[in-house]
Formats: sequence, structure tokens, C-alpha cells
Amino acid sequence: MFHREAGVFKTTYAADMALYPLPIAKWAVAALALIFVVVIPMAVEEYYLAILNLIFIAIVGALGLNILVGYTGQISIGHGAFMSVGAYTAANLAVRLGLPFWLTLPAGGLMAALIGVIVGMPSLRIKGLYLAIATLAGQLIIEWTINHVPAISGGAQASIEVPRPDLFGFVLNTQGRLYYFLLFFAVLAIVATLNLIRSRMGRAFIAVRDQDIAAEIIGINIYRYKLLSFAISSFFAGVCGVLYTYYFGIANYEQFQLVVSIDYLAMIIIGGLGSVLGSIFGAIFVTLLPIVLRLLLETVGSLVFSDAELANVISGTRLAIFGGLIIFFLIVEPEGLNRLWRNIRSYFRVWPFSY
Amino acid sequence: MMRFVKAGLGASVIAILAFAAGEAFAQDKEVVFGFQCDRTGPTATVGTVLCPGYHDYIDLVNSKGGVEGYKIRVIEVDNEYKVPPAIEAHERFKKEGAVLEGLYGTPQTAALNKKLEEDKILGTSPGFGSAAAADGKRYPYTFPIAASYWSQAGAAVEFVKEKLGGNLKGKKIAYIFYDNPAGKEPLPILEELSKSQGFELRTFAVPAPGVEMGAQVLDIASRYKPDFVIAHLFGRAPSVSIKEFKGKGYPLSKVVSFVWGSAEADIIAAGGMAAAEGYNTMQFAGVGSDFQVIKDIVAMYKAAGKPAPKEMASSVYYNRGVLNAAMHVEAVRNAIKAKGGAKPTSEEVKNGMEHIKGFTLGGLLPPMELTPADHEGGGWVQVWTVHGGKLTRTKDWFQGYRSVIQKHLAADASKS
Repeated sequence: MFHREAGVFKTTYAADMALYPLPIAKWAVAALALIFVVVIPMAVEEYYLAILNLIFIAIVGALGLNILVGYTGQISIGHGAFMSVGAYTAANLAVRLGLPFWLTLPAGGLMAALIGVIVGMPSLRIKGLYLAIATLAGQLIIEWTINHVPAISGGAQASIEVPRPDLFGFVLNTQGRLYYFLLFFAVLAIVATLNLIRSRMGRAFIAVRDQDIAAEIIGINIYRYKLLSFAISSFFAGVCGVLYTYYFGIANYEQFQLVVSIDYLAMIIIGGLGSVLGSIFGAIFVTLLPIVLRLLLETVGSLVFSDAELANVISGTRLAIFGGLIIFFLIVEPEGLNRLWRNIRSYFRVWPFSY
Repeated sequence: MMRFVKAGLGASVIAILAFAAGEAFAQDKEVVFGFQCDRTGPTATVGTVLCPGYHDYIDLVNSKGGVEGYKIRVIEVDNEYKVPPAIEAHERFKKEGAVLEGLYGTPQTAALNKKLEEDKILGTSPGFGSAAAADGKRYPYTFPIAASYWSQAGAAVEFVKEKLGGNLKGKKIAYIFYDNPAGKEPLPILEELSKSQGFELRTFAVPAPGVEMGAQVLDIASRYKPDFVIAHLFGRAPSVSIKEFKGKGYPLSKVVSFVWGSAEADIIAAGGMAAAEGYNTMQFAGVGSDFQVIKDIVAMYKAAGKPAPKEMASSVYYNRGVLNAAMHVEAVRNAIKAKGGAKPTSEEVKNGMEHIKGFTLGGLLPPMELTPADHEGGGWVQVWTVHGGKLTRTKDWFQGYRSVIQKHLAADASKS
């Protein structure tokens, strides 16, 4: 099972496009499924499930942003706002019409996709930093609109409380139940993205990213694909926003401000642009590292400082280490954690006969 | 490169092991408090002063033998004013058996309201969250324990009325506010009072991040010329507003600020105490260091051979931290007493919080009375005015237009 291929023996397109090029990949996925579906929820405490839940939601958002930034080469710093569009759409539908989550969730995604296409329209004319500023404007306009239109925001507080989702009579009100709910959507997002990028559409995205003029010459309608990329990416963001809404039990635009857009950009840059695994690594890294650092500092620091002093020391130190580690990882491997992982893998692939 | 990877793996293994070891320390005669703070995010200027105040009070209680014989252990998590870390913090507190927790930040409070109720752990949010959270029947585990923006609006109008000679008929009041949900929240109260009291109200919104308000202040000072200004600003905005009012020649003695524009730091950043003579600030905790509890904290530091904490100089925020801690301790004290000395559960602590009455810590806290229905404790504020280079008290604890606020709370509750 562990032996590897000694060359490239793919003779059909089907083999070349297979999701699992090697049997080991299939086994690995089966093992992961077993661990995530059975072992983890039974073995770990609620606290760790809560962290995993946050990671699952972040994965959906990071994947969406990576489709746009990593695969299509367009930039957006308006994804926080797209999340809020999804969140408020779902919250309004859930509260005013009493719709269940399996209707509000796609509706939130679709509304975000629509807004995403509108905000993405400048991408037809401009690139790079200019597009970044255009999407920043989108972020601010959406924030302002939600804040000032009570029909959307539900009043001066701009927050709408939603009931917990329920499924077959189970109210998803514990971390354990929400775990399965969020795991399902994280897996769905991963599989969807994996399939998207090996389809005609995904390849068109990559062609647009690598050289848009060449892509146009070989017959790719770049306008269409740029907007499609914005739509799909915003759809993911919208769904991410809906998941946050159901997870917190409230839609509140202050949860989706500019800093969220930046956080998600950081995730995909640290994880690796243009890779599914990179989005996952990035989401895990950005969510988990501050927590691990704090636990580490609490333990080490309690030997030296009193509790009150420690709280002061930890915050600053943690931020400095966090920033330092990001710089460190990007210097060691500019292409992100995904590339780092692939380097490790190829090292062990030929180990111990590396020459 | 493999070296780096191995080092990283090693570090995380140590972290996990150390964390696991730390858990084994839980003691019988100990109660655990969870406390969220923001020391590194956008509101760090508040958190770095407020949170040490919280810890100092807890240390003081512990140094005197704890609360009814129980030592208090505080777990602080810096949520950086972000929502996901606040969720993680809450789960951590729950895992470590916290009987209550201090929340930090408005979106964080909103996102945790439901979770607190499901997990039956009370959370206090003085100065954060929505006015509707005062309603204990709607949000049974959320405790604002300080005047909400609605109560502050009522109190501000009450104060203005007193300053303008007891009658507001035909007077003009300008409301300058930060253009976000918190800034807009007092509007319904102000509008209703404008009708019932017969004053003219005009609102001036300051867009985020609130550092540019020359146009609005010029409009107020030179065109509208109101009899009084009520300001509700956050972050850097209060300092800018003080400077602008001063620059445009509007007397600061005719300005009263809500609680987040009222710290020493805001005034000093605007050019110093001397330049802001007459500026009125609303407070939900006492100001200054002239309280027995603050003196006790200084004595505690002295006994340990250390100087008094420098955060104490910024007494507005520091004392708010003390207020939060004192309410936590008092709730637990009530719960332990009610249980005859046994260790209380989080639900019993909630019950204890709902029975706090006549606990003022020598005037640092307002004469709050918490009940199962009123988690705000009455909505008391004081007004402190810049006078002779420092904040001096001009109006002792008072409530403004309580019946109007209660009417709005009831209306809001029936809407949901």
C-alpha cells in the first residue's frame, strides 16, 4: 500500500483527472473520515469541538476567497461584507418568513453571489491594487447600507437574532451537534472546490490568472469567467456568513468588518494561494495558533509572573510571536504552508534514499 | 528545513502536554472566573487599563482570604475585539468550570447571548451590548450591570434640563454621535423626550473612524447654535470632538459626553485637562482614587514592596474594571451565603447576582439594585466635570426618565 508509482503511467483522461490518483489517497481519505466523523466527536471535550467548529467555518470562507484570489488571480478585500450579505439574507428569511436553514443557507449564498458580481464588475477593467481598492469600496458601501437600512438590519442595533437550526427534530444547540452540521458544510465546500478546479471552469480560472491575454486568445471569455469567479467566491463567503449566523445565533454586521476580510486574506496567503489544502492549512493556522500560543505562554509564564501580570504579558508577546511566525513561515516557504507540506511529503517519499 | 519542522512539532507537543498538566490543579476551595479583555485590538486603550483594575480587585479579595473562604482564580482571554476568539474563550471558561464570566465588546456580547443562556453561565457586559439586554426575562444570563445607552440618554437629558434651569421647552439640543449601531441606539429615547419635554433635537452623525468631524462641529457651533450638546463617541473621536468644539468656539461646559468619551486619556489627548475646562462626562463607576478600595489596593502593592499600578492614574477605566470585579465577587458571595458555605454552581451565582442590592463599595459603585427582571440595576450615572485640571463630581448618582426607558424596554420585548 505504501509503495509509490515509479513513473507516470496515466493512459486516459479519466485517470489524469481522478480525484484520487493513488490508492493511498483513497485510504487516507477514508481514515480521515473515520477520525472526523466517529473518533473526534466521541473522544474530545466540547472545548476542542468548539475550536474545530470555528475552523470549519473559516475553511469555507478561506476556500471561497482562494477560488477568487488564488485560482483566478483577482483580489478582493470585500469578503467580510459578502459574508454579512449572506448572514443578513439568511437571518431575515429565517426570522420574518420562518424558513429552515436548508433554504436560508443557499439563499444567503446566492444573494452574496449577486452582490459579489456587482462588486466584482470593476475587475473587468482594472487589476491588482486598483481592484483591491474597488472591492474595499464595496466592503464600505455594504457596511454602510446594512447600518442604515432598517429593512435589512432589523433596527438600530443592526442585529437579528436567529433561532438555532433544527434537523429531523434535533435542535443544533450544542457544540457536538453543531460539529456535524459544520463538518458537513466544510466537507461539501472542500469537495466542491476540488471538483471545480479540475473542471473546464476551474481551468479557465487558472488560465485567466496566469495570463489573461493569452487566455482570451485561446477562446476563454475572460469577462464571463472573472465574474463567475466573483460569483462562486462570494457564494462561499455568503454561506460562511450564514454558518457564522447560525453558530452565534445572531447576525450582526460588526462581526464582518474590514478586519475579517484581512484575516481571511492572511489565511490564504499563509496557507498557500491556489490550493485547496492551503486554504485548510491557513484556516487552521490562523485560528489555532493564537490559542496554542496563549496556552504555551500561560504555562511557561506562570512560573515567572503572577496571574495579573501574566495577562498583560501574554497579549503583547502572543501578538509579537504570531506576527514573527507568519514572517518566518513566509520566508521559509513563500508559497505557503501547502508548499511546506508538499516539501515534507516529497522528502519522505524517497526517504531514506534521497539521492 | 526539516529542523524547523521538528522544532515546531516539538513545541506544540510541549504546549499540549503542559496544558494537560495544568488542568490537574483544580482545587476544592476555589472558584473560577472567566474574563475576556482586549489588550491588543482596536479598543486596547480601554482594555489595558480596565483589565488590570479587574485583576487588582480580585487579588485584593484573594489577599484577604478570598470570598467566603474560596480563592478566586481568573482566566483571562484576550479576544482582540474579534468574535471567534470570544467564542473560544467562552468554551474555555466553561471547560475550566467558570461560574461566571466578564464579556468584552459589543459584537462579542451579541454573539454570546444565546450561548450563555444555553450553558447557564452568566456574563457581565458593563458598557457593552444593547440596551435591550437590561431585560432579564429576555436575556436571563446577560448582565449589563451598568447604565445602558438608553439610560444614559435619559440621564443626559435630565442633566441638560437641570443645567438649563429646569425647563427644556423651546430649547435646542444637538446630538453628535458615532455612526454605528451603538451610536444610533439612544435615538428613540432622545426623540421621545424631545416630544414630551418640548425641546428641539437635531442629530449629527460622525462616520467611522470618527477622526474627521470638522463639518459637523462647525454646523453645530456656527449654524445650529444649540443650547446644549450631547456627544456619544468612541475611540479617538471624543478627543477630536473636544478639540473641534474648542477650536470652533463652542463652550465645552455645554457639552455632556456619554460614558465612552469620558476618560482622562480622551481629555488629555485633546490638549490636556486645562484646555478642556468645563467638559461634562457621564460615568457608570466612580472616578478618581479617593475610595477605600483603591487605597486598599495601593496598600496591597506596598505590602508586596511594589509601587501602585500606573494604570490607576487613568481612574475612569481602572475603576470600571474594579466595578466589574466587585460585582462578580459579590454575586459569588451571595451565592455561597445562600448555600450555607458550599461551593455554588453557575446557576446559583446567577441567582446571587440577581440579589445584589445596596453594595456601593464606598461610592465607587452606584446604588444598583439587580432583580431577575432588571439586569441593568437601575441605570445610574454620575456626571463629572473637568474643573481646575481634574475631573470633579458635579452630580451624584441619578437616573433619568426611568419610566420612558422602561416603556421602551417593554415595547422592545413585545416586538421579539
